Amino acid sequence: MQSVIPASLTITHESIQTLLKCKGHWTIENLSEVSDQLENLTLQPTILWDVAEISEIDSAGIALWQLNNRLFEQKGHQCETIGIRNEHSHLYRLLYSKSFQDSPPPDLPSWLYRLGRETHSSFLGIGTFLSFLGEAFILLFFTLRHPHLIRYRSIGAHILETGAKALPIIAISAFLIGVVVAYQSVVQLQKFGADIFIVDMIGISLTRELAPLITAIVVAGRSGSAFTAQIGAMKMTQEIDAMRTMGFDPFTFLVWPRVFALMIVMPLLIFFADMVGIFGGMVIANAQSNLSFTEFINRLQGALALKHYLIGIIKGPFFAFLIAFVSTYRGFQVSMNTESIGQYTTKSVVNSIFLVIACDAIFSILLTELKL
Amino acid sequence: MTLPIIEVRNIVTSFGKNLIHDHVNCTIHRNEIYALLGGSGSGKSTLMREMILLERPQSGTIRVLGHDLSTLTPLEAIRLRRSWGVLFQSGALYSSLTVGENIALLYTEYTDLSPKLIDELIQLKINLVGLPPHAKHLYPSQLSGGMVKRAALARALALDPKLLFLDEPTSGLDPLSSRQFDALIQQLRDLLGLTVIMVTHDLDTIHHIVDRFTLLGEKKAIAEGTLKEVLAIDHPIIDYFFQKGQHGITR
Repeated sequence: MQSVIPASLTITHESIQTLLKCKGHWTIENLSEVSDQLENLTLQPTILWDVAEISEIDSAGIALWQLNNRLFEQKGHQCETIGIRNEHSHLYRLLYSKSFQDSPPPDLPSWLYRLGRETHSSFLGIGTFLSFLGEAFILLFFTLRHPHLIRYRSIGAHILETGAKALPIIAISAFLIGVVVAYQSVVQLQKFGADIFIVDMIGISLTRELAPLITAIVVAGRSGSAFTAQIGAMKMTQEIDAMRTMGFDPFTFLVWPRVFALMIVMPLLIFFADMVGIFGGMVIANAQSNLSFTEFINRLQGALALKHYLIGIIKGPFFAFLIAFVSTYRGFQVSMNTESIGQYTTKSVVNSIFLVIACDAIFSILLTELKL
Repeated sequence: MTLPIIEVRNIVTSFGKNLIHDHVNCTIHRNEIYALLGGSGSGKSTLMREMILLERPQSGTIRVLGHDLSTLTPLEAIRLRRSWGVLFQSGALYSSLTVGENIALLYTEYTDLSPKLIDELIQLKINLVGLPPHAKHLYPSQLSGGMVKRAALARALALDPKLLFLDEPTSGLDPLSSRQFDALIQQLRDLLGLTVIMVTHDLDTIHHIVDRFTLLGEKKAIAEGTLKEVLAIDHPIIDYFFQKGQHGITR
């Protein structure tokens, strides 16, 4: 390896000209000092670059020289370069032979325009989602008239993936929710000596509200995001286009199996979450206020009316429908760059959790008005 | 005789039970355009990936610019990686960055040049590879296939590498763009003193700009040399690969 002589610049001011004597390796690793030196210079009207002693130069070196040369000329200096070596002039000609032109970055439109555009596109978004739903339902009715087109195997696979494999995480979440609710209520109820009402508290709040909600949130995070990413990746690799050309409709092949699977699985998962959540509450009730498991279950049979349990279960298919549709819809929106998969997966989870909570609120109001 | 730029000696590679290279050798000299040829699955891309430290052979040595790749320290590896540029088959531009930012990334990570100078350099590289000036502000998804290749070449050339690796540089380009791309590579080699190693299937490229090459097949390097030297050898794979007598490439 030959030793590297760092780039250097000697500046000599003469009566009417400044001599810039360049030396050493003007290569990309060695340029920062010289570049700083050139930044703040006071110069005479004429500038003379002496480049004869540059031993090696690369495109960064040449760019530095040319950039500063151009800046000096813009300020009204006379510039001249002497001592250009033959081998260096080749590189210069290669780089600057085509007339050098910079293109300024395109102007950003004003914030008002962007706000308007964003608002407009979100309104259009509602329309595209509705048309997505419409197309899906047209194909659903078509498929129902030709039942041999229903993708049973695919539905089964999704039931396994979104249902059976989700049991552990749902068990942990539901158990902890049961524990939290029981803990908080025990403290309050003990003040009144009303410990036994913890059973009502846990039984009703879990089966009616908390278990469906927590299940839906876990499913949205776990399966909804997977749906978006799967369909998005298929879109990027043109698999969806390939399916279309072969006459395999993406709605029948990708959307409905996922929607059906989730709608079948969700009530079962909510039932499972009910059981585990109540068990969590039982454990805490036993530990904190010495309520035995048998007493708890006896009380539960009286306290928990069937309607609370059924209302919780009924919510399942509705939540599942929202989650599956939003996440598959977002998957189809993915465009041809890697970043958009991440963007739309995020959007899909955020939207489906929001819709689940909104739907739950509507249920609450409706059922209360109906005195259920 | 100067030291070869890349020396591949007795490389053995296998993926599981699938043997790819069985004692492959080749030698690449300074300032030549060298091609790795072979049918699909002959392991030419794998050999290239081994040269650029993306994969490791089971045994054998590869020396790049005098460094043995199997005994590199992490620091040497970083320095070595800076001395080469790689053009991937699909461009592999970062899709969340504009073309300009794709190129700028190397400057901002590895040098402390002023933003003005970086801007000038980006524009130079973009002009050099024949992209229009406004391409700097476009995202990879807005470029055509040929422009993606050119932009990726501009990025590969950012740090003025001595070594340029090209993976199927002309695949997916129309014949005219392919020839322009070839001419560009040749010009860069002549003027910047690059050594170019490419994987290619393009017989025109092989005919016009490649100096020497290795033909891989049957897990071995079947032949190495100039086109003339290789065509003089009688071997079924050579006949098949160059379609001797069918498309005008004859002895």
